Amino acid sequence: MAIALFVTCLADTLFPRAGIATVQVLERLGVEVDFPSAQTCCGQMHFNSGYRREAAQLAAGFAETFAGYEAVVSPSASCAAMVRHHYRRIDPDLVTPPVYELTEYLVDVLGVTDVGAYFPHRVVLHQTCHSLRLLRIGDRPRQLLAAVTGLELADPTHPDQCCGFGGTFAVKNPDTSAAMGTDKLNDLTTAGAEVVTSTDASCLMHLGGLAARRGGGPRFVHLAEILAATR
Amino acid sequence: MTTPTFLGMPPFPVTARAALSDGQLRRNLAGATATIRDRRARSVAELDDWEALRAAGAALKDDVLVRLPELLAQLEANVSAAGGVVHWARDAAEANAIVTAIAESHGVAEIVKVKSMATQEIELNAALERSGIDVWETDLAEMIVQLGHDLPSHILVPAIHRNRSEIRDIFVREMGRVGRPAPAGITDQPAELAEAARLHLREKFLRARMAVSGGNFAIAETGSVAVVESEGNGRMCLTLPDVLVTVLGIEKLLPAWTDLEVFMQLLPRSSTAERMNPYTSIWTGVTPGDGPQEFHLILLDNGRTDTLIDPVGRQALRCIRCSACLNVCPIYERTGGTAYGSPYPGPIGAILTPQLRGIHRRPVDEQTASLPFASSLCGACFDACPVRIDIPEVLVHLRAKVVDQPGHRAERATMAAAAAVLRSPKRLAAVQALGGVTAGRARRLRLRGPGWIGGWFRDRDLVPPARMPFRRWWKERSR
Repeated sequence: MAIALFVTCLADTLFPRAGIATVQVLERLGVEVDFPSAQTCCGQMHFNSGYRREAAQLAAGFAETFAGYEAVVSPSASCAAMVRHHYRRIDPDLVTPPVYELTEYLVDVLGVTDVGAYFPHRVVLHQTCHSLRLLRIGDRPRQLLAAVTGLELADPTHPDQCCGFGGTFAVKNPDTSAAMGTDKLNDLTTAGAEVVTSTDASCLMHLGGLAARRGGGPRFVHLAEILAATR
Repeated sequence: MTTPTFLGMPPFPVTARAALSDGQLRRNLAGATATIRDRRARSVAELDDWEALRAAGAALKDDVLVRLPELLAQLEANVSAAGGVVHWARDAAEANAIVTAIAESHGVAEIVKVKSMATQEIELNAALERSGIDVWETDLAEMIVQLGHDLPSHILVPAIHRNRSEIRDIFVREMGRVGRPAPAGITDQPAELAEAARLHLREKFLRARMAVSGGNFAIAETGSVAVVESEGNGRMCLTLPDVLVTVLGIEKLLPAWTDLEVFMQLLPRSSTAERMNPYTSIWTGVTPGDGPQEFHLILLDNGRTDTLIDPVGRQALRCIRCSACLNVCPIYERTGGTAYGSPYPGPIGAILTPQLRGIHRRPVDEQTASLPFASSLCGACFDACPVRIDIPEVLVHLRAKVVDQPGHRAERATMAAAAAVLRSPKRLAAVQALGGVTAGRARRLRLRGPGWIGGWFRDRDLVPPARMPFRRWWKERSR
């Protein structure tokens, strides 16, 4: 039976390569992937911004779209956390299949840390807040990256500090958000990496946006893209 | 001495912006919070049963909140039986009036104060000054704030935004105006600053006939009140004057003496990162011939029962004012505490202040309404909280309350439009197609505009919408 990919509205629209890479990695490991085309958004932005009614509609849509699948896999810790942790606050009766962030699915369900990837670059991992403190995925992304051939992993000084994105926080408190992002960017680049990666496209959008404005700097690549890369 | 207040401050994004541009403040805060964060992590890691302690602390406080009327009555009976006088204050004005009346009944012209969040909350100092009574903060950091005509910016370390050379300047400039001047030639060495404070305060301790304190805990079973501190200046106030007045939030209760055991482990490690705090003072009513001979306990509501009615928000009343959430908060670290416009800054302030100001009963002002949004929801505060307050959960809950208030028309329209698109895969695909065409071959977007657009693009670019969104890629691949 196929697993369902929940690509997220953000990756679908702005970072399709993260979704394509997720499909490639899973298929390479023999997983049959389906993309239920009725999917849109998990409702996180509305929920976290206080728009409960809109969030409830989107959550109901998610539950309906993914009903019947054995598992859902998503290239976003934040969106997976939304479904797993916050849906019960929207509607305790809402039922969804188990939703996994990609690295959780690879390490915990498939039991794989070496996905056969080749990526000869110095990489720094931005550990996202929702991967650390909601999903508690710990060092799974690091385990996967450590097994990538040719990849050299750099260590930031403050690996568990927020990058300052925070959804609508980024636009409601733009100065604080940008100050946090600048500090995070400095920390990540001091580690001397060519590539910044993460389990969440949203953080990369924010950090990449700051870096682009500044000019130069590292490339921002979703973790799935590194895992999909081969020789 | 005039005390500034938080009244009339602009919303958080505005105050934060000003704070962010203060390089000295950013350096002071980054250094101080990083130090205390690391120390707390080490001190907590020493205990194998930290998670069990947190759960016990949360459960004990939840029990108190459920049984509050019964426990308060028990506390009142036991304090009265031990020779204390219990007063009930619905709000700040009532509490301030009670303290003022007690001072006036004794003809007292000056009061020494133990560091206390409850009295900051009710702005007692300003109220006493309006009645012509001098009030002296005796906690070192509170004294620095008071002498500097400043506002507190941290629960535990209210002068955290000051470095020692700023403190030296404040001492030199201000001490002589209100008492013993700073010694001539004083430098910014911590020992010299502490000595100047000691000499300055000693005069006030020996002269004062009345003291005001808050309380960390009150034990219903025995009628005892506890103050936990580091300097011993609190104990001076609690033991030297004839009259002692304690202002206590009604949620500070613990049912039994033995419950203190849990909190005396949780609080010091979470706040100062110490295994044990240096001074713990516990007293029960009055003791003839020893210490204050008159003890008043003012039980303060000031929005607490309004907070208690909300099933999600009420967990904020578990708070033991340790400051761990401030120290780990990446927003607090960059903006400092004054930006929050309340003596309760940081994550706990962002959920406590709006509730104490009545958000569950009526619309709140713009500044108060901005507080629940002063968070990236990173979750570091919840992990650090010794009584397991799920601060992100309450923040999001309060955001929904704010959004339901009148106003926010532009934002509401934006969010409704976004929801309309996101509810329908067809509309989402249409918007993606439009975005892809509009962006053309641009490698990055750099827009100008009002509101959220301006907010994003002030410091950031944006990747353009993909010319081949994922859903189209999938569709073409499946053909």
